[in-house]
Amino acid sequence: MPELQPRHLQRRYDVVVVGGGPAGLAAALGAREQGAEGVLIVDRESEPGGILQQCIHHGFGLHHFKEELTGPAYAERYLGQVLEHDVDILTDAYVLDVDPSRRVGLLSSRHGRTEVDAGAVVLAMGARERTRQAIRIPGTRPAGIMTAGFAQKLVNMAGYLPGRRVAILGSGDIGLIMARRLVLEGAEVVGVFELMPHANGLTRNVVQCLHDFGIPLHLSTTVVHIHGDERIEKVTVAPVDESFTPRMDQAWDVDCDTLLVSIGLIPDNELARTLGVRLDPVTTGPVVTSSMETSRDGVFACGNTVHIHDLVDWVSQESQLAGGAAGGYATGRHRRADNVRLLPGSNVRSCIPHTITTEREHTIFLRVTKSLAPCTLRLGEVYERPLRYVVPGEMVTLKVRPRFLQGFHGGNLRVDVVAREEAAA
Amino acid sequence: MRFDVVIVGAGIVGCAIARELTRYRLDVALIERECEVGLGTSKANSGIIHGGHRAADGTAKGATEYRGNLLWDELAHDLPFGFQRIGDLTVAFDDDDERHLSELLDQGRRRGVTGLELWDSERLRREEPNLSHDIRSALHAPTSGVVNPYEACFALAESAVRNGLTLLLEHTVVGIERGESGFTVRTDRGSLEARFVINAAGVHGDAVARLVGAEEAGLRFRKGEEYLLDKRLVGFVTRVVFPCPSPTSKGILVIPTYDGTLMVGPTATPSDADDVTTTAQGAQAVFEGARRLVPGISEEDCIAEFAGVRAVAADEDFAIHSTAVPGFVNVIGIQSPGLTAAPAIALDVVELLRSEGLSLELDDAFIPGIDAPILFAQLEPEEQARVVRGDPRFGRIACRCEIVTEGEVLHAIERGARTMDGIKFRTRAGMGRCQGGFCAWRCMRLLADTLDIDISEVTKRGGRSWIATPRLEVEHA
Amino acid sequence: MSETSHYLCIGCPLGCRLEVDTQGDEILEVRGNACKRGDTFARQEHVDPRRFVTTTVAIEGAPWPRLPVATAGSVPKHVMREVCEALHGLRLEAPVELGQVVLPDALGTGIDVVATRSMERR
Repeated sequence: MPELQPRHLQRRYDVVVVGGGPAGLAAALGAREQGAEGVLIVDRESEPGGILQQCIHHGFGLHHFKEELTGPAYAERYLGQVLEHDVDILTDAYVLDVDPSRRVGLLSSRHGRTEVDAGAVVLAMGARERTRQAIRIPGTRPAGIMTAGFAQKLVNMAGYLPGRRVAILGSGDIGLIMARRLVLEGAEVVGVFELMPHANGLTRNVVQCLHDFGIPLHLSTTVVHIHGDERIEKVTVAPVDESFTPRMDQAWDVDCDTLLVSIGLIPDNELARTLGVRLDPVTTGPVVTSSMETSRDGVFACGNTVHIHDLVDWVSQESQLAGGAAGGYATGRHRRADNVRLLPGSNVRSCIPHTITTEREHTIFLRVTKSLAPCTLRLGEVYERPLRYVVPGEMVTLKVRPRFLQGFHGGNLRVDVVAREEAAA
Repeated sequence: MRFDVVIVGAGIVGCAIARELTRYRLDVALIERECEVGLGTSKANSGIIHGGHRAADGTAKGATEYRGNLLWDELAHDLPFGFQRIGDLTVAFDDDDERHLSELLDQGRRRGVTGLELWDSERLRREEPNLSHDIRSALHAPTSGVVNPYEACFALAESAVRNGLTLLLEHTVVGIERGESGFTVRTDRGSLEARFVINAAGVHGDAVARLVGAEEAGLRFRKGEEYLLDKRLVGFVTRVVFPCPSPTSKGILVIPTYDGTLMVGPTATPSDADDVTTTAQGAQAVFEGARRLVPGISEEDCIAEFAGVRAVAADEDFAIHSTAVPGFVNVIGIQSPGLTAAPAIALDVVELLRSEGLSLELDDAFIPGIDAPILFAQLEPEEQARVVRGDPRFGRIACRCEIVTEGEVLHAIERGARTMDGIKFRTRAGMGRCQGGFCAWRCMRLLADTLDIDISEVTKRGGRSWIATPRLEVEHA
Repeated sequence: MSETSHYLCIGCPLGCRLEVDTQGDEILEVRGNACKRGDTFARQEHVDPRRFVTTTVAIEGAPWPRLPVATAGSVPKHVMREVCEALHGLRLEAPVELGQVVLPDALGTGIDVVATRSMERR
């Protein structure tokens, strides 16, 4: 790998990208491709790639590179492209603040506490994991309760095990993937406990990570008590009824020395908050236009900091767009304002971006609230598309072409996902 | 080694006594079974410095509450820990409550507590608009404050060590014998000789007294669950809010902690000495109680919870006295307002030792202060730049939720942090929204490298609280 | 008499629910697949289920003590654990290049295990 750290920071960059994970790398590439001259990525780790570096399993790049890669391979290939485009990457560094004139306050061991001016800023900080505290499990607070992502770093990068006998709360993808990793490393995984009546992660992960290894998945079941003084010793689990109330009469104890928590990701938006950009209360990420611009001029956002994606390929696509728009903004080619607001309607939890224009083609990302099959996705009265099924765990993507909207002249476009019969009626 | 005084238990009381004794030319040892000071009752505490008017007259609690309160200013001046007098409100919903307020007011005035004032509902609404509109009136005590109790313990212990204290962590006292010329205090890791022994062993107070055949206090235990709320609610309530106590309970409080985030609790349920579990019933009681005072508080805002155990003497009062065993002093049953009273208790214990024949000669070399840790996030940008130029370790962020640098973590280790909790309670690394998800690995690495131990030997809080274990083939190799 | 076996496709994140109709050893029909890959997967899964293996190998002189590796092709499902165990004794030296073979012909499967990232010398 070539020397990344710029020896001298420029006083001004066309685009400063906060975060060097998949979103940040793609944004930087997009910015360069759209004519931005100086582009700087700021990453807090000692190497770029973000969470990809610990995701050593396959499942990355099918869309972007037309082959299935592991996380580190995807990062390395992408980084290669970025470096060919002459982007400065500052690692071991942290963005402390961004002021209204887009002066970026930086902290790094190499350059100290310093500032650079940015023509445009792209927020690409990714996500953090929800913790035990987010769901308040009664009991003690011993060592050995950790997020699945932290365990992943321990196992895949540091070369340690989180424990020898592991229970997993929540069936998010990281938890499923860690179940397999731990079994392959010789630990015992005593079960995955999921509050919902369906798995949260992708079906392929349920098959490859649990079924292949005979690991039990207990649906509609949750951890109701944690035991253990210094290190966790066991958990009490119980099935839940339709209103998610644990049925304590049917509870049982599971011995374990570790509890991994895999109950989802939330956008990491401390910086977005301090910048005062408008946030979507559902996604908890910034509200964005079709150019991925936030409510603050010249501040763009992309990737998991905006909404949680299932696939890194979509992150790259969305972020390349965001970076391109940021590059355009910085070089004086600000795109025309959007003229259509998307409104999440029936069975639609969130819809990114929040606004679009009738002039360009857009990719819209939806999340549904409940499973439906078969069903129809409708954009107001102007367009509909049949879908075989939708589930809350999988993002729905829709390409909206200008011709779909030819007959549309309103300001708001409702997005619904309805059962097929309903659609026909 | 022979000591003038050996103190058993390094909670807030033991630490305060230890530091007070290091003002004199004495050899003092402080023994603690945990790997850090202040990790028992003192940590899992509401962190309130009571106004001084609350504890009943004629009790040891009443005698030390206000004196202790007044001593916190000097401590906070000398030592770096979070302390602020934000005031408290005791609120009344009905006639009985209002009678209680006037009794409290009378008691406070008799004791000389300054600034006590009854507020009507209009004043209350102006000062604290988010309190329940069902509240009729309130007693305001501006003398009341909040403290980060673990920071106070760390600072007191560090100051005492700097002035010559022998601090023995991870030492469990297993026997105490009274001989001709003093005591032999046996621990699981060797023995100490002492002229005087002070029993400040918290929930283990009776057990330690039993070792030497001294009077016990008939300790029972009462658990308190507390729930910390998200930063979203910073500033929602600016003073500690107390309901009037009912015959069965002191009630649930709403506490703006020193760091500004709200905390609600504590419950008060009979428990075992080591029961620090949180429960669904506890959470329910706490949030119902808190909502009665501040309707805008919700379970959804909870980011962390914990429980602590209070040691309660049979007569509910502090048990601070010399015993039938000459030279063995009990300082046990220190429940609320023990944190408030701790500095006064320390002075009283010194006097008790003097009356028992310990000669006290002031040590001119005593230094009251210790260096304040650098709180990077609170510095101005120019100051931050200067700090990083001097030490590039401050240029690396360890915890991003609370903006804590690696320099701060390393300083904490240099000053005695041995565990992840020790780092967390000294620097706030890991206390924020991600609860250590990002910074835990960095802090583990820094601990392992600095202490020259393996990652698998890093613990959350000592003992068997390991975090990672070696790969199987490493173990088998 | 034809029989129907059920599989969940792992070809992509879609996770199609596949049905394979067979008569004796002969596969009559594959249903439920959204694309050609599903058909291929179902036929393979029915007779010889195979998986990629991803794990790590010890490496010295690198920024991290573990190097991520993967089988360059799929191996029979039942040898996944043995492949991992075969890698336990390995000690690599940095630098390593992306795609470099770290264990040729793992367990005689004809499939190499390769590095899935580069690691330079620290």
